[in-house]
Amino acid sequence: MIPGKFDYHRPATKTDAFKLLLDAGPDGRVLAGGHSLIPMMKLRLATPTALIDLGHISELKGISVSDKRIEIGATTTQHELIQSQELFTACPIIHETSLQIADPQIRYCGTLGGNIGNGDPGNDMPAVMQCLDAIYTIESLKGSRQVSARAFYRGAYVTALDDGEIITKISFVRPPTGHGYAYCKLKRKVGDYATAAAAVILEMSGGKVQSASITLTNVSDTPLCATAAAAAVTGTTLEPAAITAAVLAAEAITNPTADGRGSAAYRTRMAGVMVHRALELAKERAGDIGATSISASATGAPKTGKAGGMFGWLNR
Amino acid sequence: MAKSLITLTINGEVHEQRVDDRELLIHTIRERINLTGAHIGCDTGHCGACTIDLDGRSVKSCMMFAVQANGASITTIEGMAHADGTLHALQEGFRMEHGLQCGYCTPGMITRAYRLLKENPNPTEAEIRMGIAGNLCRCTGYQNIVKSIQYAAEQLRIKEAAE
Amino acid sequence: MNEMVRNLSAEREIKLEGIGCKRKRTEDIRFVQGRGNYVDDVKLPGMLFGDFARSPFAHARIKKIDKASALAVEGVLAVITSDDLVPLNLHYMPTLAGDVQAVLAHGKVLFQNQEVAFIVAKDRYAAADGADALIVEYEELPALVDPHKSMAADAPVLREDIMDKTHGAHGPRKHPNHIFTWTAGDEAATEAAFAAADVVVKQYLAHPRVHPCPLETCCCVASMDKITGQLTLWGTFQAPHVVRTVASLIANIPEHKIRVIAPDIGGGFGNKVGVYPGYVCSVVASIVTGKPVKWVEDRMENLSTTAFARDYHITAELAATKDGKLLAMRSNVLADHGAFDACADPSKYPAGMYHICTGAYDIPTAYVSVEGVYTNKAPGGVSYRCSFRVTEAAYTIERIIEVLALKLGMDAAELRRKNFIQPTQFPYKSAFGWEYDSGDYPTAMAKAMEAVDYPKLRAEQVERVADFKAGKTRSLMGIGISFFTEIVGAGPSKNCDILGIAMFDSCEIRVHPTGSAVARLGTKSQGQGHETTYAQILATETGIPASAITIEEGDTDTAPYGLGTYGSRSTPVAGAACARAGRKIKQKAQLIASHLLEVHHDDLEWDVDGFQVKGLPEKRKSMKELAWAAYNNVPPGMEMGLEAVDYYDPPNFTFPYGAYFCVVDIDVDTGETKVRRFYALDDCGTRINPMIIEGQIHGGLTEAFAVAMGQLIDFDANGNVLGASLMDYFLPTAVETPHWETDFTEVPSPHHPIGAKGVGESPHVGGVPAFSNAINDAFSKVGGVHTHMPHTAARLWDYGRSLGLHT
Repeated sequence: MIPGKFDYHRPATKTDAFKLLLDAGPDGRVLAGGHSLIPMMKLRLATPTALIDLGHISELKGISVSDKRIEIGATTTQHELIQSQELFTACPIIHETSLQIADPQIRYCGTLGGNIGNGDPGNDMPAVMQCLDAIYTIESLKGSRQVSARAFYRGAYVTALDDGEIITKISFVRPPTGHGYAYCKLKRKVGDYATAAAAVILEMSGGKVQSASITLTNVSDTPLCATAAAAAVTGTTLEPAAITAAVLAAEAITNPTADGRGSAAYRTRMAGVMVHRALELAKERAGDIGATSISASATGAPKTGKAGGMFGWLNR
Repeated sequence: MAKSLITLTINGEVHEQRVDDRELLIHTIRERINLTGAHIGCDTGHCGACTIDLDGRSVKSCMMFAVQANGASITTIEGMAHADGTLHALQEGFRMEHGLQCGYCTPGMITRAYRLLKENPNPTEAEIRMGIAGNLCRCTGYQNIVKSIQYAAEQLRIKEAAE
Repeated sequence: MNEMVRNLSAEREIKLEGIGCKRKRTEDIRFVQGRGNYVDDVKLPGMLFGDFARSPFAHARIKKIDKASALAVEGVLAVITSDDLVPLNLHYMPTLAGDVQAVLAHGKVLFQNQEVAFIVAKDRYAAADGADALIVEYEELPALVDPHKSMAADAPVLREDIMDKTHGAHGPRKHPNHIFTWTAGDEAATEAAFAAADVVVKQYLAHPRVHPCPLETCCCVASMDKITGQLTLWGTFQAPHVVRTVASLIANIPEHKIRVIAPDIGGGFGNKVGVYPGYVCSVVASIVTGKPVKWVEDRMENLSTTAFARDYHITAELAATKDGKLLAMRSNVLADHGAFDACADPSKYPAGMYHICTGAYDIPTAYVSVEGVYTNKAPGGVSYRCSFRVTEAAYTIERIIEVLALKLGMDAAELRRKNFIQPTQFPYKSAFGWEYDSGDYPTAMAKAMEAVDYPKLRAEQVERVADFKAGKTRSLMGIGISFFTEIVGAGPSKNCDILGIAMFDSCEIRVHPTGSAVARLGTKSQGQGHETTYAQILATETGIPASAITIEEGDTDTAPYGLGTYGSRSTPVAGAACARAGRKIKQKAQLIASHLLEVHHDDLEWDVDGFQVKGLPEKRKSMKELAWAAYNNVPPGMEMGLEAVDYYDPPNFTFPYGAYFCVVDIDVDTGETKVRRFYALDDCGTRINPMIIEGQIHGGLTEAFAVAMGQLIDFDANGNVLGASLMDYFLPTAVETPHWETDFTEVPSPHHPIGAKGVGESPHVGGVPAFSNAINDAFSKVGGVHTHMPHTAARLWDYGRSLGLHT
């Protein structure tokens, strides 16, 4: 498999990147980790004439965690997300999700911006960003604007991004200490996209859910914000009836396609099962954050989490 | 179509190459520099046979253009043995524990395990299995690969303790 | 045999690194350093690169090919189409199954991704650009995807080239899309036995299309020297000598002018037995251009065009008494062979050894009928890590016996034990006429059942089922048993040939003056470790340490003719040739020793690595000394040198067997399966290198796991192949792959020179039914009878839903 021809550019600054992208016209593409784009190019399903490599722009990298907000540069890799102790402490769902994306080699290259930016409904981070109600900073020569993750996705590979624009930063409010979280992903094997996955962030108080955020991956042409499901558990103790209500509400908004991962009916139901499991896991974890420490290895198995590794005798 | 002049440091040796922008790094390494240890197995980033170590990361070299690697420092399987010709503990481990059969995945597998042990010198079996999940092997069923990596980890720990 | 047993003193073997030693592999030294030499590593001056333009349609007429569109691409030197091959009479090539296959689509395309034009360019980038640029006009035709519809009256005719042929290579054809009907056994007696039986069961068992998918794809380099007329062909060939003969026959080049080299091969598993259009086109392109030409498949091409396996649509039936004594077995198979019949089977057996499907059981009467049909799919039908159709056969008997156990309400292990061929019955003639040479099935089964504590597992399962029914758990436990018998080591010339060449194999050994040796064989390792194990056999036989013996394979200019490596034939056939060549060396050495020691050769006795005069151990000549003498001081009348060659035509097949137990837990809510335990007991006869045997079993079990749990080459209604990349085609990673427990018994083959039976494929053959039985066993406790492979989470969830297990 051999890609078509293109010109390669390696800007050192954002501004240079914007200029190059503008000059390249509609057939220019930005290149981050490349692990979505390059296979498409090798299959000649993507034939950009210019590639603008964002990998050497230092201002696009980095993780900043404050008491209030978390900001992540768009070209920060999954590996760097996994490695960050600070991020793990403040918002462990990112660590948990990153470990379920692709495989170790790809996580060294794959970036957060790439994962959220190309509009592939199979990607995991869009739903997580929606769950965290993240804001994407989008820049071009024309300036900068901010778009909510919940408003960014329009369809499969269709996003709010206009020609010449690049996502430069992702930011969100730091979840409160002690929040419950889970990203439960059903997949055929390591490296696969989700058959269905659910992200959950919970705040529990006095045994009751004060607030909840539930989102779904790969059961529609965009990530889904399961607002009704979240409403169904808010104020409850997450008793079985509440969870069932959330599951049904989540299943109701799915619209998956049948593919090698299963029939539409199966994938809908699996969205429900993942919501169920993520809610239970998040409840179990709520109030318990900070007790576990990050694995010594970025490539180690998640220390928490019941999903993933699906044939997995590993998770016995 | 543009060509670019790139510099790669591979196994300590500096190579200047003029490459088409679309040339995949695996082809530069295999065809121009004639290091044929890393292999092409799947073309789509799933098998890891093309894995090399690039600036401290395990990278699938058929998922990267050579121009992207301009300026990088690369270690391939050919650079794994020690200067005196003795094998790296991982190479020894794969041989001792029968961690290979056809040998096609082996360079990528060893190169990946090299970085894994740098980051986690004392991995559990589950961590090894997760750590090599980007490398497919059709022959061994992985059980002996896990043992090979454990063997190497042990040898490297002994060596480090002695130093 | 007896000689072998005498030789097998453990101390001696350790010293020589002979039979039974866990010898570290010699080939690993180069592989762990990235110094293997695979086909794509071959680089010749001026080498060009070939790539295919392929059909986007499964069935279409080619209206026009506009070569200029590709020739205009920078770096493209030639575009070869079928029309260019017609004058050379190379537009069709013979297949191993007696059919012909279009080298490049001729008039019509018959499967998606079929080779339409071969683009020759200065490098692989330009070749790919050329393939991409080539404009071909097609007229799409209705695609025939479902083999059950191949012989319908209104089915589209696929093979216009043979539509008028009323006879194929295996008898009459009754429809243009019919290839053959092949039967074995006694149909009438079987029918009578079924009619009279207390209990009969019948089950449809689909064994879907899969692909062996070795990590290295198929590739070659063809280099035609126009001055000498010599063609050199490097390639991923499991059977290089056969490739040379086929190349000579189809290209009309004298066989001595062709040198085929199979260098290191990155796994085969059956994928690299056949002859593919890429090889033929590379040769043609090299002849046309006068330059070496390389062709390398990419993964999508590999999965969608070269060598599928299985695609057997099996109906299996068993008849038994009400207390579970088997009376008769019957199986009707619809075999989907794709667009050309390119199955790799011995000539006489278009369904391979499928008629080993009576398995390990004493079944008095049996009958099989296999019908081969064409569809708009890629050709192939190779043996994916098994002997010819033996996985299909083992699956048939091991699944249907479970269905019978269910119907009888009898324990599945007990039913098997009740029907085993008993040790006293060997040699045992099966209902299909195979002569099973040896075995002790009850002992193997008893050992396995004890190892896994079978009664305890069943007791646990009873509790779990009760909990499931009470709503306390959503997990089902399954216990999968497989007791399989293989038929490998093809094969005796009375049974087996390929294109008329008997399936013997060979070994040639030369002992050098200083006592080291080189041995060459007609087989070709693809990871099995031949360089290590053949040397072990020779060490035991000749007393030359294994470390002093170089093993070479794969170069037809140097190695003796052999039929290659597949179907677990290397050890049973070439391994036997190896032992016998070694014995010839030893015999000659003994005569030289008697000459040097001035005693009659009967007065000599063999020790670790030499001959000594009986009772006078100080009067002794080592093999090293005898090798030296062979080149300067031989007995009068004897030829100088110390060489031997052996061509071995085995008297029978070998029949390895095993008892496998698999325990799974199925999450009914997601359909996911967790393999809790897998225990594999194998009997491969004499064990040459236990380390390598264990490695082979791990690998074969992993491939069985992949086939049973996830692999599928699927098509949509238009014949578009779905998921032909490693995103979708299931190759398990280290995370999904279960932990394997191995065990053994050792009943040597009585007819094999060292008693070895072959092992590489047993774990696949036995593993597939073990996994499937575990899944089906779990669901059988809640109303299921049979669900088809692959047992993916999605399919098991669907199955659970059909059984009413979901709310």
